[in-house]
Amino acid sequence: MARINLDHIRHAYGPNPKKPSDYSLKEVHHEWNDGGAYALLGPSGCGKTTLLNIISGLLQPSEGKILFDGKDVTNLSTQERNIAQVFQFPVIYDTMTVYDNLAFPLRNRKVPETEVDRRVTEILEMIGLSDRAKKRAQGLTADQKQKISLGRGLVRSDVSAILFDEPLTVIDPHMKWVLRSQLKRLHKQFGFTMVYVTHDQTEALTFADKVVVMYDGEIVQIGTPAELFEKPKHTFVGYFIGSPGMNVLPAKIDGSSVDLDGQKIALSFAPKFAAGAKTELGIRPEFVRLGREGMPVSISKVEDIGRQKIVRATFANRPIAIVVHEDGDIPAEPKITFDPAAINIYADSWRIGGEA
Amino acid sequence: MEKTWNNKAWFMVLPVLVLVAFSAVIPLMTVVNYSVQDTFGNNEFFWAGTDWFTQVLQSDRFWDALTRNLIFSGIILAIEIPLGILIALNMPKTGLGVPVCLVLMSLPLLIPWNVVGTIWQVFGRVDIGLLGYTLDAIGIPYNYVNNVFDAWITLIVMDIWHWTSLVVLLCYAGLVSIPDAYYQAAKIDGASRWAVFRYIQLPKMKRVLLIAFLLRFMDSFMIYTEPFVVTGGGPGNATTFLSIDLVKTAIGQFDLGPAAALSLIYFLIILLLSWIFYTVMTNSDAQS
Repeated sequence: MARINLDHIRHAYGPNPKKPSDYSLKEVHHEWNDGGAYALLGPSGCGKTTLLNIISGLLQPSEGKILFDGKDVTNLSTQERNIAQVFQFPVIYDTMTVYDNLAFPLRNRKVPETEVDRRVTEILEMIGLSDRAKKRAQGLTADQKQKISLGRGLVRSDVSAILFDEPLTVIDPHMKWVLRSQLKRLHKQFGFTMVYVTHDQTEALTFADKVVVMYDGEIVQIGTPAELFEKPKHTFVGYFIGSPGMNVLPAKIDGSSVDLDGQKIALSFAPKFAAGAKTELGIRPEFVRLGREGMPVSISKVEDIGRQKIVRATFANRPIAIVVHEDGDIPAEPKITFDPAAINIYADSWRIGGEA
Repeated sequence: MEKTWNNKAWFMVLPVLVLVAFSAVIPLMTVVNYSVQDTFGNNEFFWAGTDWFTQVLQSDRFWDALTRNLIFSGIILAIEIPLGILIALNMPKTGLGVPVCLVLMSLPLLIPWNVVGTIWQVFGRVDIGLLGYTLDAIGIPYNYVNNVFDAWITLIVMDIWHWTSLVVLLCYAGLVSIPDAYYQAAKIDGASRWAVFRYIQLPKMKRVLLIAFLLRFMDSFMIYTEPFVVTGGGPGNATTFLSIDLVKTAIGQFDLGPAAALSLIYFLIILLLSWIFYTVMTNSDAQS
């Protein structure tokens, strides 16, 4: 297992990139810990698969270096980097048995047959397919096939990292939970470095220690699920994480007071930002209090989603979502207040000094 | 679900039934009719029973032609299938090369069969043909008109030139349908070029290969036009295949009874062999 350093990586698919918009992947410069579980989260086309393929070596970055445990592997092939990858669709060798499928990477590397047998038996046990070892892999279900794909990665004891490219897309929802928790257990047990690409926030948040949120070819935030929830660094993270996403309202800021289209709020700090920047206030629906005090809103719709109610309302000429407990009271003349600790201020979409 | 019964639905299939009747069933039954009767003209027919079948099956002429057919099909399958796979594997997967290759590959398939025969007939002539003249000039004795070996080589090379493209196109279609992830996974698993072919490409091409194999077998077994144009069945009877023999019997000698019997035997052989190949090839898929 390895620590992964991404050293000023940039990538463009076209030749001669000049403008920043020519790059599918804008500059990435990060260190990922040995044994960490990272999820790359973002909408389709945000560059997460590009980044994954750069790590796996299927793609050469246009610029920058990639290091495994301090060793430069930028020019090494996938095979030499010694990584494993699980793809969106299960890749199995149809004509082989389950056992031979798992033994394939080892046999290609000329591992002695006794060692092959020991490893394969162990992995079969781990992924729970021991009873099918001698069966042809062709007739298995999608989740069993995906387990074989995973098993082929795990079978090599020395892999630097295991990469997952939206591996649960083709799996039934109830199997997703099972597989995800098995994966998490395997990770705890064996401590390999894992990088997991997904566009599903639940998947990312439950799987990873650190979630890497990507947007438009850029990493906008790397953080624990709690950090992403409480202090989104970019308004996109606010929208993308959480359901419903964060309310972002245009705000005029003067010192430590905020003007939301006439409604004034006092902050506990004075944000600093460049003159002329577009300033916004972000607050999660969970931290908006609905009551008889505060700023007036007009409610347009109430969605009951079981344990909670989502109130859709208009505040300061803007739509706003408010989460209310299922038996929370919705007054006739509704007013709202914001939890001061949960207010985030953004200048040009990036979060600025909230810590006072 | 409840089924709706409506006898008017039969009118829907009527056009097809009529078409098939006129294009296949009635001609076939005419042949059956001829094969069990004898005629001396004047539209007088006499019952002949299985005499014609016995006569055909006991003649050396039939067995010799059948042997030639089997050898011919065997040789061209043994060459065209591997060659087709090899070419398909080396065809470009992206870029301008794809349409260029595809068009070049399709060209031989678009040429009418008798034109293909004529091309090679001229191409191989020692006096004016590029191939024949060149071989002669560099001192290789070559004459498909009077040398049995040369005649066979010419027909085989011609068939390969004409039909390998079909195998290539089918295999290529099979190859491009393999998702990239398979190749990437193979790379990660450290698979050699041979292993990629053996465990990914070949299994994925299996279905199209089965089709290619059957098409090429049936077509080569029924080959008529090209050898008829190039060698006319000669030298001697060296390239007289069943089809040529059949035409000679039916139209040359006007022996309608034996010709009809030969047609039916010929048809049953192709049907039987195709069925055997199909069963064997699909069974090996299912059992292991």
